[in-house]
Formats: sequence, structure tokens, C-alpha cells
Amino acid sequence: MDWGFIFERSFSAMIGPEVVVYALAAVGLNVHFGYTGLMNFGQVGFMAAGAYGVGVSVFWLEWNFWVGIIFAFIYAGVLAMLLGLPTLRLRADYLSLVTIAASETIRLLARSRVMQPITGGVEGVNQFAGPFYDLSPFELGQFYSFGPFKYLGRDVWVLLVGWTLLILITLMVRQLMRSPWGRTLRAIREDEDAARALGKNSYFYKMQSLMLGGMIGAVAGVLQVIQKASVQADTFNPVITFTIWTILIVGGPGRIWSPIVGSSIYWTLIVFIENTLRELPSNVRSTLEETVQLSDFNISMLRFILVGLGLMLLARFRPQGIFGSREEMALDRR
Amino acid sequence: MTDADQPILVATGVVKAFGGLRAVDVEQLEIRRNKITALIGPNGAGKTTFFNLLTGFDRVDEGEIRFDGKIITGMPPHRLAAKGMVRTFQLTKALAKLSTIENMKLGALGQRGEKFWAALIPGSWTKQEEEIEQRAEAILQRFNLTHMRDEYAGTMSGGQRKLLEMARALMTDPRLVMLDEPMAGVNPALAQSLLELIKALPGEGRTVIFVEHNMDVVQEIADWVVVMAEGRIIAQGTPAEIKTNKAVVDAYLGAHHGEDLSQVELT
Repeated sequence: MDWGFIFERSFSAMIGPEVVVYALAAVGLNVHFGYTGLMNFGQVGFMAAGAYGVGVSVFWLEWNFWVGIIFAFIYAGVLAMLLGLPTLRLRADYLSLVTIAASETIRLLARSRVMQPITGGVEGVNQFAGPFYDLSPFELGQFYSFGPFKYLGRDVWVLLVGWTLLILITLMVRQLMRSPWGRTLRAIREDEDAARALGKNSYFYKMQSLMLGGMIGAVAGVLQVIQKASVQADTFNPVITFTIWTILIVGGPGRIWSPIVGSSIYWTLIVFIENTLRELPSNVRSTLEETVQLSDFNISMLRFILVGLGLMLLARFRPQGIFGSREEMALDRR
Repeated sequence: MTDADQPILVATGVVKAFGGLRAVDVEQLEIRRNKITALIGPNGAGKTTFFNLLTGFDRVDEGEIRFDGKIITGMPPHRLAAKGMVRTFQLTKALAKLSTIENMKLGALGQRGEKFWAALIPGSWTKQEEEIEQRAEAILQRFNLTHMRDEYAGTMSGGQRKLLEMARALMTDPRLVMLDEPMAGVNPALAQSLLELIKALPGEGRTVIFVEHNMDVVQEIADWVVVMAEGRIIAQGTPAEIKTNKAVVDAYLGAHHGEDLSQVELT
């Protein structure tokens, strides 16, 4: 087995583009669920809104790429408001239903034949991120190594911008949550009526939270399609939302560094398991293929099964996540 | 009539029905300023529903509510709090995963740092936050909760939570404090200090309305007692008057209380 290769891949995954994209989306979900208690089951919808916001404005409206990015954020904010208006006055579960439905609506509409002239349909939108890569100080096609990490030049540029954004947004959220504004969100999470009785317009705060988290989700979507250099409707399926939830819960909701660490652990595990299985010695591999049908396709399934198993163990032995406190968790049961 | 004689809260023709049931049907109620008014009545009398109507947590079907002479019917709770009316809840709402001091600071009104953009610039609110913290600490001291300052509110006993909820309500600097069963679940040792704290409120220019089941409590601290039964106000008076009021005794114990049932004519 080539352990050097397995570790090179795993190390590179530890801080790779997926980590940044999913961490950003999880920061948004953390604002929603971790701090405000909003049950958003459609975070991928905000990613898609960001992705199509920029994709469509460049492809169909033929706007400047950077204007398209600004449009993407505004679009995600407006989407959040539209989803929040009818649901935030109601019980928490209505928001979950509406967000999951909206995220699927966005995906299905985008890939539909009717929308093809606008969204590119199933093929999506390609070749629109040129202006981003034009700014790259790195050779796009060349490999760069930094200690155990190794990436293509284009990914180094994505990572540099992505990590900068991720850290800045995380610090911004931290500042917000340490302020009286964040205290009010946490109060609403604990008991909305108590906050209302103390003069807080909880509907307004929940709307602000939904919009902020949704717009951060849009940043994730924009970064993802820039990295992939294409917008594909089917990459924005509901499984992504639940991966984001998994990441947040691994880290511990309501903790500022959870999204980053959770995302890093998740992707390192996925890549480590996959590459280990693929690099098994050929005699072991062929035995496994004959006995338990461990084909290449099944390996990519098996890694999710193993991660799922890991999550179950986590839920059993450390339900508060990595950063959560058991003391705080216990308060829920009183 | 001077301002001090004006009732602080007036409810006129307030009706709330759930299906065919008239849960609340109050023709007229005036609450005197800087007094302690008790709202009592048997279970299902509509006290809590009436409370919810007065505090904006529920909407009236008919009628009008005035606070300080201004109509507040249909106004949401957060705006009432800003006008000086605050309430507590029958089932205490201590915010479990916030520390005691955070619970307290939440109560302050008009916080600059509660605005999104200002929150990002600490310099714009830290000074106000310090003032709020000092005020919160002073109130905690008065309520004997200083030792819980940095503990999660969720670790408190039931009685301490009642104290915290009232202390937190005072952070809004209210003119009208509405307490929904403030003594429920409070052990006798804490109960006495809680009573003293409530009694002190009118002296600070605060009016108190409270719902209570315990008649001893009502006798001890209420200046005025309003009795509800089946959604209506059936009697009002001083605690001494209410104690001997036949309608009240009937509402609580049934009209034939103390009689030999074999002698009662069935109607």
C-alpha cells in the first residue's frame, strides 16, 4: 500500500476547497440553528441561489462577473426574506418544511427544460469564472506543495481567497454573537416568548438571522461554482444540506469554530477512507471484490457508511460535538 | 383628577372566545396606579387568558384596552414592553443556556448593540453595556442572586428562576409589572423574600398585577382584589371584603358549600 499517497491526499483534503465551501455553508447554518434555533433544512438552496445568482447573471444577462457576485448575495438575501415572511411567525417546523421545499424547487427549476435558456438546464453554466482566475498570482495548471499539502495552482488561488473569506466571516459572526444583538438571538433560541415580553421584536431578529445565514450560504455556493468552474443543478441536492448539518453537529452547534473543524474532520475522513480502500494490496482487494463486492462504485458508497457509523458513535459518546459543553447539553433535559 | 389618580390600565368590553366558549368577557376593569392588584379565581376562570390579552400575547375579539390613557389593543408584546408594561410567565421562562447576568442584561430596553450594524462596532455599545451590567448587578444583589451571576440560568432551582424572571423584568424599568403566579413552586423560605420584593415595587412607582391561587399571599400583599369566574369579573374589593364575599366563596367552593346535600333542591 502506498501510505505516502494516502496521507498526501488526506492532508490536502484537510484544508482543501471542499472544507472551505462546506465550512462557509455551515457557518450560515450555525447562525440559523446554532445561535437562533431556526430549523433550516434547505441550506443548499442558499448555496444554489448564490451559484445561480452569479452563473445566470453572467451567462444570460451577460453582466460583469463581479457585479454578478454582488447580485448573488442580494438574491440570496431576498430569497431568505421571501421564505421567512410567511414562516417566521409560525412554529419552528414550518420553516424546515418551507426551506427544504424551496431548495428542491430551485434545483428542479434550474434543471428544467423551460429554464434552459436562462440557467443552462441540465448542462448548467460553464466557463464564467475567468475574471476570478485572471487575478491569480499562481500558475493555474502547475502543482504547488507546502509541506504535506499539494494543490494545483488554480486551487491554491481558490484556497487563498476562500480561507480569507472564511476566517473573516467567522470573525464577523463571532463579533456579532458577542454583542447584545447575538445575545438577543440566543435568547430567542431559548424562549421566544420571554424575549418578546422583554421588548425584543423576535420576528425581526429571526428575519435578520435567516438573511445573514442565507447570504453566508450564498458565499459558499459562489465559491463552489468558481472552484468547479461550472454551475450544475444536480450538485445542489438535499444530501448537501444534511452533510452541512452533520458537519455542524460534529463540531457542536452554537460554537464559533465548529463549522471549520467539523468540515475539516468530515472531509479528511471521507478522503482517507476512500483512498485507503482504493489502495489496498491487490490480493486483498480482489478477495474483497469477490466476497463482499467491493467495487470502485461501492467504495464511494462505503465511505459514507463508515462516516455514518462514526457519527453514530459520536452521537452516543459525545453528543455535544467537539466544542460543545456537556454541562450545557444537560440543561436541555431539566 | 390628578395624573396619579388616573387608572394605569383600563379594559373595556374585552371579549375572547374559543369556539363557543367565552373564555374572557370583561365589561370594565380599572387598575389603580402604584397599587398591588391581585387577580384570583378558580381554575378555568380565564385569568391567564385575560393576562395574555392585556399583555399582547393574545388578540382580543372585541373591546379596548388602554394603558396610561392610550389605546394598546392589538399591540404586540415587544412594543408594550417598550411602553413600560412587562410580564412574567406561569411556567418560568429563565433562558437556560444564558448565564444569569446575560439573562438580566437582555432585559434592558433601547440597547444600541442590539442593532445589527452597531453590533459589529463594539465601540458604539460597550459603554452602554457597562451601565446595563451595573444596573443588573444592583438588581441581582437586591434579589439575593449575586452568587449565581455567572452560572447558567438552567442550573437554578425553581424558586430562583422565579426570582430571576422578576429581576429580569425589572431591567426593563417598567411602570406596570404583571406577574403570572409568581409564588407557584417557590419554597416557603424564598416565598417570604419574594413577597417583600413585590411589596416594595409600588414605592418605586411601579404598579403590580398578579395572578395567584394562594389566598394567604393575596391577603398579605394585595391592595385590591379582582375575582374572575367563568371569564367574568364577579367581584372586586379589598382583601378583607373579598374574604367574606358570598359570590366569591360560592365560585370557589360551590353555592351549597357547607350545607347538607340531602337538603339541597336540585335545579
